[in-house]
Formats: sequence, C-alpha cells, structure tokens
Amino acid sequence: MAQLNYPSDLKYARTDEWVRLEGDIATIGISDFAQDQLNDVVFVELPEVGTEVKKGEPFGTVESVKAASDLNAPVTGTVTEVNDAVRDNPELINSDPYERGWLIKVKVSDPDSLNDLMDSAAYAKYNEPRM
Amino acid sequence: MTYIPHTDVERQQMLAAIGVTTIEDLFEAVPSTHRFPKLDLPAGVSEMEIAAEMLALSEANDHAQDFAIFRGAGAYHHFIPSALNHILLRGEFYTAYTPYQPEVSQGTLQATFEYQSMMCALTGMDAANASHYDGGTSLAEAVTVALEVSRHKRKKIVLSHAIHPQYRAVVRTYHQGNGVEITGDEGMASLAELTDLIDDNTALVAVAYPNFFGQIEDFSELVEKAHAAGALVAFVINPIALGLLKTPGSLGADIVVGEAQPLGIPLGFGGPYLGFFGVRKEYVRRIAGRIVGETTDKNGKRAYVMTLRPREQDIRREKATSNICTNQGLMALAAAIYLSLMGKHGLRKVAELCYHKAHYAADRIDALEGFDVDRSKPFFHEFVVKCPLPVAKINRALIDKGIIGGYDLSQDYPELENHMLVCVTEMNSKEEIDALVEALSEVNVQ
Repeated sequence: MAQLNYPSDLKYARTDEWVRLEGDIATIGISDFAQDQLNDVVFVELPEVGTEVKKGEPFGTVESVKAASDLNAPVTGTVTEVNDAVRDNPELINSDPYERGWLIKVKVSDPDSLNDLMDSAAYAKYNEPRM
Repeated sequence: MTYIPHTDVERQQMLAAIGVTTIEDLFEAVPSTHRFPKLDLPAGVSEMEIAAEMLALSEANDHAQDFAIFRGAGAYHHFIPSALNHILLRGEFYTAYTPYQPEVSQGTLQATFEYQSMMCALTGMDAANASHYDGGTSLAEAVTVALEVSRHKRKKIVLSHAIHPQYRAVVRTYHQGNGVEITGDEGMASLAELTDLIDDNTALVAVAYPNFFGQIEDFSELVEKAHAAGALVAFVINPIALGLLKTPGSLGADIVVGEAQPLGIPLGFGGPYLGFFGVRKEYVRRIAGRIVGETTDKNGKRAYVMTLRPREQDIRREKATSNICTNQGLMALAAAIYLSLMGKHGLRKVAELCYHKAHYAADRIDALEGFDVDRSKPFFHEFVVKCPLPVAKINRALIDKGIIGGYDLSQDYPELENHMLVCVTEMNSKEEIDALVEALSEVNVQ
C-alpha cells in the first residue's frame, strides 16, 4: 500500500480537501488519500474566478477513470484564482496534490468556517479505518 | 417442448443443497390465499394452430406496402436497401443485449463508433452518443445538458412551436417538477418573436431544421442573440434533409438532436426508432447516454471501448447526467449500415429526390381549385396545404383510393383548421403523386 502523505502545515476536511491559509487567502486541493482512492485523474471541473463558495457545498468535480467526485468547499468565501495548469494536466493532482496540483484560491469571508478542519495527525487517524 | 434445461434429478439436488423438500416450499412467504392463483388460461395449442391464429390477427392490419404514403410528421417512409437487413439481422448483432464489454464486443463497439462518427460528419458536431430512444427523448436530454451547463442557475427553456408537438410534450413530461420554465411554443410565434424571448435566464433555445411544417428557416439572428445571452442552441433535425442542407454545426448549433428513423428504419407502427444526440466538444462530459471511444490496447492495437463512463448513473448516482443509461443499439447499427450503403452521394441523391418530388407535388396541388400551398418559406420534403374541407374528411376519401393523405395539423395547432401537412419521399412515384392530385380534385367536388 502506498505511503500516504499529509503535510503538517495544512488543514484537512472530512471530504478530503486540504487548505493552506496565508492571511485570508486559502489555497485548496485534494489530499494524497483522495488522489490515491480516485486513481488516474482525467478531468477536473473548476469554478470561475469570482464565484462564491460555501463551506460543505460542491464547487467543482474531479473525474478519474473510475469515478466522478464532487469537490466540496472546506471554507466559505470567494474564488480569487483557479489553477489552469491542472485543467490542462489533470494528472498533476495525482503526482503533486499539495503543490502543483492545487485547485483554487479563496478569499475567506467567514474565518469560522475553518474551525472544524483537522490537522495532519487527526486526518491521518481519520483515514485509518477508511484504508 | 420444455425450455427449462434442468432435469428432475438436478432439481432434487439443488433443493437438497438448500435444505428444502419441494419447490413449492420456496413460496412459503407468500400468503396462502395468493400463493398459487388460478389463472384460467385456455388450453395450450400446437405451433401450427398458433401460427394460423397470429397470421389471421396480423391480416387485420394494413401494411405500408399496400398504400401510397404522403404522410411524414416525424415518421418517414423511405427505401431500405435489402443489404441492410442481411447485415442487421445477423445473430451476432440481432440477439446481443447491451454488448459493451470490449473483450467480446469489438464488432458492435466499432459499429457504434462508426455510427457516432458518421452522425457527427452529417451534423457538424464534434461528438455524438450511442443514441437515445427517439427524437423526443433526445430533445429532453438536450434540455438537461443546457440546465447542467448553466449549473442550474438558468431556468428558462425557449422552444419553437415548429418543433414536433410530441417532442415538446416529452420535454415537458421529462422536466416536470424541476422548476424549469418552458416557453415560446404557446402560439405560433414568428422567429423574431421567439428570439425576443431569449434573456440571460435562458439555458437553451431549440428550433427545428427543417421544422415540423417542412420549412427551412434562417436562424442566424436567433443563434447570435442566444450566444450573446449565454444560452445554448439546439437544432432538431431530419438526417435525410442534411444530405442537402448546411450542417447545423456550421450554423452555430451547440447541440443537435433528432429522429434518425429515416436512416434505414421502417415505420414499424411507431417504433423502435432512434434518438440522435450530438454536441460540440466542450459539452461532451455533460451528455447522457452511452459513448463509444477509440483507444489502443496494451499491445498498441486499435480497440473500442465504452468511454466517459463516470457520467452515468451506476457511478455518479443522483449526480449522473441522466437516469437513462441505455441506447437503441440495433437501430443505431441500422442507421450506420444505411449511411454506409448510401454514402455521401447516395444520401444526397435521396434528399434530392425527396425535395424535387415534393416540389412537383406542391406545384400540382397548389394549382387545384380550393387548395393553397404555403410557400412563404422554402421547404424540404414536407409542405402545408390549406384545404377546402376538414383534413379528416379528405383522408377518409383518400384511404378508399389506397392513399394515405397528409397529417391533420388541426390536431396540434388549433389555428390550423383544415391544414394538411403533406410529405413526399423517394418512395412516391410520379404516378402516385398524380393519383393523389386527381383524388384531391375529386374530393373537393363533393
């Protein structure tokens, strides 16, 4: 079984999205666990800049050869940037889920929306029964 | 003759394996009063007797071959080359049910891929699915795609009244209860009036090409306004007409749907028919239905597979592009065979014959006292005739002469009392057309 990686400087949602918070900008992607479960990602559908995202609600889709899953917003805010590289090369989500495989950046409008996100250790524990 | 392969010995073995004495014991859960109801069926008859009974029943119907047919309205009488059935009715094609495992279905998958490719070439679309039930269902799916593309933020669907009335009814049935406003076809709006309805709440505008009345319209302004407003445009087409007309793709269509029955499928008392669905590349992930793709296997050899599967409901569940995950495989194959047999030139020839014969018929009917052909717009192989009597009455007189007259438009359009929709195809000889004209002239005298 692949050794899955959960960087300690990130926060994680129960729906497997990760958040890197810098000031009030949250960079969002999907975790190593998610990309491993999905297998080869072939397509990702992302919102446009300016779209309002609400915590817990879908903001896009990630499609692999075997499944198409919703991407759920781990925070509430407005989309400021979208990763075009990932649209053209969706395999980046598999090979580099935390760096080049980032999906969107959101200007957080409700800082409380991050309160229930897990840290790296809690997320690793959360995943144990799911492996 | 028994059709069940198990022997009594095998039955006893199976019952013993599960710890039950008789087969009747397996139905203990059903209340005794309902367990083995009396069915009161007549006694079984021999194959010879049943064949005679079925033959007698079938002779109660008239056959298409017994009449000169001048009716279309969504179901068209065209010639089916005999080579088509020789290929279509081969057991490997005819008996297979959803043959999509690439390991054992390369033949069917390739044929479906060819069907998809040919329909794309015919319509100017980038991708087509493996078909839907019929033209009406395809249009309903086009609405679904448009709503999806707008992420359900747009709720208005604008339909031309000149789309087949039954297709519009299917769209309404399909989308009832999902908060969609379907409008534009309440009366007999002009293209300009239809175009005026387009706003930034419009997800889709749909028009027919040729339309239900056989007419060919210029949709350029409508398409321009729709795209400017961010709405998608769907064309409902007749594939034979596309042997002659410009492709919907070249005219700005985003989605092309229609009834492909004219491509080698018999009238068949209304079915099975063939719903065609094609889109521009950017929408291919949103469409319903099966899609066959071309790829290479692990040895680098070309192979065909079902592709873009995660859209479908067995994977995506309530977020699937549709609840439909089947197609009209055999009919799509028939269409593919027909198009291959006809080729580009053959299809054009069929279209030309339809066009010219229809125009000859229109000229002769128009010259009749009391009959007025609508020539306000160019038409393909159907045209509207204003008659001196109710269409139903005229058709009763025509049937006695071995002629199936045109469609009674008053059934669907109250404004079109006494208006008949006449269709002429390559199947109508000059003699048949002249006989129709003669019969119509006699009907008026009554």
